[in-house]
Amino acid sequence: MSTDLETASNPENLERIVIEPVTRVEGHGKVTLLQDKNKHIRQARLHIVEFRGFEKFIQGRPYWELPVLVQRLCGICPVSHHLVAAKATDMLVGARQLTPTAEKIRRLMHFGQTLQSHALHFFHLCSPDLLFGFDDEVRHRNIVGVIEDHPEIAKQGVLLRKYGQEVIRLTAGKRIHGTGAIPGGVNKSLSHEEVDYLMKDIDQIIAWSIDAVALIKRIFSEHYDYHMAFATIDSNMLSLVGSDGAFDIYHGDLRARDKNGNTIFDHADYTKYNEYIKEGVKNWSYMKFPFIDAIGAENGWYRVGPLARINNCDFIGTPLAEKERIEFMAAGNGKPVQSALAYHWARLIELLHCAESIKDLLQDADISGSELINKGEMQNTGIGVIEAPRGTLFHHYEIDKDGIVTRANLIVSTTNNNQAMNESIRQVASQYLDGNQLTEPLLNQIVVAIRAYDPCLSCATHAMGKMPLEICLVDEDDKLVDRLEKRATGSITRTI
Amino acid sequence: MPAHILEQNREQGTMNPVTMKDKKTFKLDGKAIEFEDGDTIMDAALRAGEYIPHLCHNPEFTPHGSCRVCIVNVDCKQVSACTQPAIENSEVDNSSDEIMANRRALLQMLFVEGNHICPGCEKSGACQLQAVAYYCNMLSSHFTHFFPQRSVDASHPDTAIDFNRCILCELCVRASRDVDHKNIFAIDGRGINSHLVINSSSGKLGDSAFTASDKAAHVCPVGAILPKHKGYEKPIGERLYDKQPVSIVGDVAAYEQDEDC
Repeated sequence: MSTDLETASNPENLERIVIEPVTRVEGHGKVTLLQDKNKHIRQARLHIVEFRGFEKFIQGRPYWELPVLVQRLCGICPVSHHLVAAKATDMLVGARQLTPTAEKIRRLMHFGQTLQSHALHFFHLCSPDLLFGFDDEVRHRNIVGVIEDHPEIAKQGVLLRKYGQEVIRLTAGKRIHGTGAIPGGVNKSLSHEEVDYLMKDIDQIIAWSIDAVALIKRIFSEHYDYHMAFATIDSNMLSLVGSDGAFDIYHGDLRARDKNGNTIFDHADYTKYNEYIKEGVKNWSYMKFPFIDAIGAENGWYRVGPLARINNCDFIGTPLAEKERIEFMAAGNGKPVQSALAYHWARLIELLHCAESIKDLLQDADISGSELINKGEMQNTGIGVIEAPRGTLFHHYEIDKDGIVTRANLIVSTTNNNQAMNESIRQVASQYLDGNQLTEPLLNQIVVAIRAYDPCLSCATHAMGKMPLEICLVDEDDKLVDRLEKRATGSITRTI
Repeated sequence: MPAHILEQNREQGTMNPVTMKDKKTFKLDGKAIEFEDGDTIMDAALRAGEYIPHLCHNPEFTPHGSCRVCIVNVDCKQVSACTQPAIENSEVDNSSDEIMANRRALLQMLFVEGNHICPGCEKSGACQLQAVAYYCNMLSSHFTHFFPQRSVDASHPDTAIDFNRCILCELCVRASRDVDHKNIFAIDGRGINSHLVINSSSGKLGDSAFTASDKAAHVCPVGAILPKHKGYEKPIGERLYDKQPVSIVGDVAAYEQDEDC
């Protein structure tokens, strides 16, 4: 768990190489590398350059707006924020148990979303790297190249995503930013016509999902050792699991395991998440650095998302995905699979599970039921946790007696992977870039490592109102003439 | 005015050639509209089933003429249809490009003066301001947003007021004064500083005599006065203005007894 390349001791004497923007990820980020005269990498950092302020500006709003307001954090997986905020507001309105219809409609919505998000990430964003090689020509290494060279694969990716979006539309009202989940339940169930419409294509979707898993296994096996070693870091893993240890992306308890697969905590009540997880900050990033409190900030960072979920669960409840999970876990030889690129493999096993689960739910009469909402006694704290496509997502709200939000804390999936992504790019920098003249194909290896995590950078940023700032004035010979420093307290001092 | 009344009026509003001779008429976009003495252009148009966009007008209350969205051109003079008495044989322009452009500008100013964030608003799909903006083909806010700092008053157990969305139509003021006889609402300040105030010792709705059954709770054309602990309960596609435009559906206030609109 190395952090050697986080901060160089003398950055002013090093050459700065910037990868900006990081492409084929959601949101905007950049990577900075500092290289010395001998081309050795001395510092590598992933920076998030966007700013969001949701935790602040939802303060003062009524709680029943939260599922609709907060989902605007993202356009790729808004359903995750929609559902997790709805789960938090369930707690606020005292809905201890949803009606079977509400619970199943929400699960269906979430499976639809995870299916579309995973299809988008693998086929549209990452398949060019994996099908053509990390050093393929830039002009060819993109989705258009995939369409030209592998039209059937590209088509399957597009249609898998379309199907997931249709599931969302029919459960939430719109493909993006719907209103289906409300405090205590949902606002609609599926009509028989809507069920028939989705049933029509589901067997094809399952078949394509099976093909997708076969594709990633073939890609992996072609350069197995390289793929298992690339950007690989040993980390702790965190995810939700069902009460019986089953893979569950909608609801469950928190489970954390260390790099060897030993339990750190298990079946932890997620409403007490802040007894297990703490958030650190660093002065060079808008994104926080969460860690497992029992281990501490230095070594307590962890990974979330498909890799953690597949490694952490005891079994998957659908037969085809379970068979693939067993094969995946065999690659770890009794330990968690730690390869960053194995995220893709795990992600596609989840894609298959989503397709199977959608079929199961469509055959369940409860999804056409009419009991939609349950409410109980109002509470002033609401905490929801869900497994978003990119990992564990925490929403925590406090409201006053009038129902107005007074405090909010969001730990977004990508935030959980912050340290891990930084560690992975440092591993790549040390192993493949160090000592070399940096070229685009080499720099793309850094981005391939980031892409494996499927980061959603826009959701994940935080900033304090009084940002520290340093302004340097240099003359034409690069000699420092003046320097002003604005501290977090707001005071400004001249520091030269 | 609800859709079935507008439709009924539209059917009955067809001019009968025999009776037309005895009735006073004016022309609305070239179409003869009957009126009686004392009618405004809006009264006569609504009775004939013709839609003139409006926000502060509600047939149950004295015309106010403040939102100006019902602006029409009468013999080359721009007036608000809800306050202008109908004039025999006059020509009223309700739909020229010029009139619609003026309405769009008025709506754009309403949007930028407050914080009307339709994507997150629970009234979206059943909001008269949004529906009228769609009807007038307003595609953007155009002007710089003021982003005023306003709060939500949720002190009342049943009703919340989001001042961000108030368009100062004074329908709640009129309803509370004329129907409820409580005088709970008023407009304070002048010009751009005008704002809705509440008649209670603390200025909070919870300390006033307001109840959720008051008429004032059911006349707001926007998402400013809303029932608490609920929202978004009508799915997208089934909301008041999801299927038909405001010119067919009519005012939101006419559906207010159906609280899920």
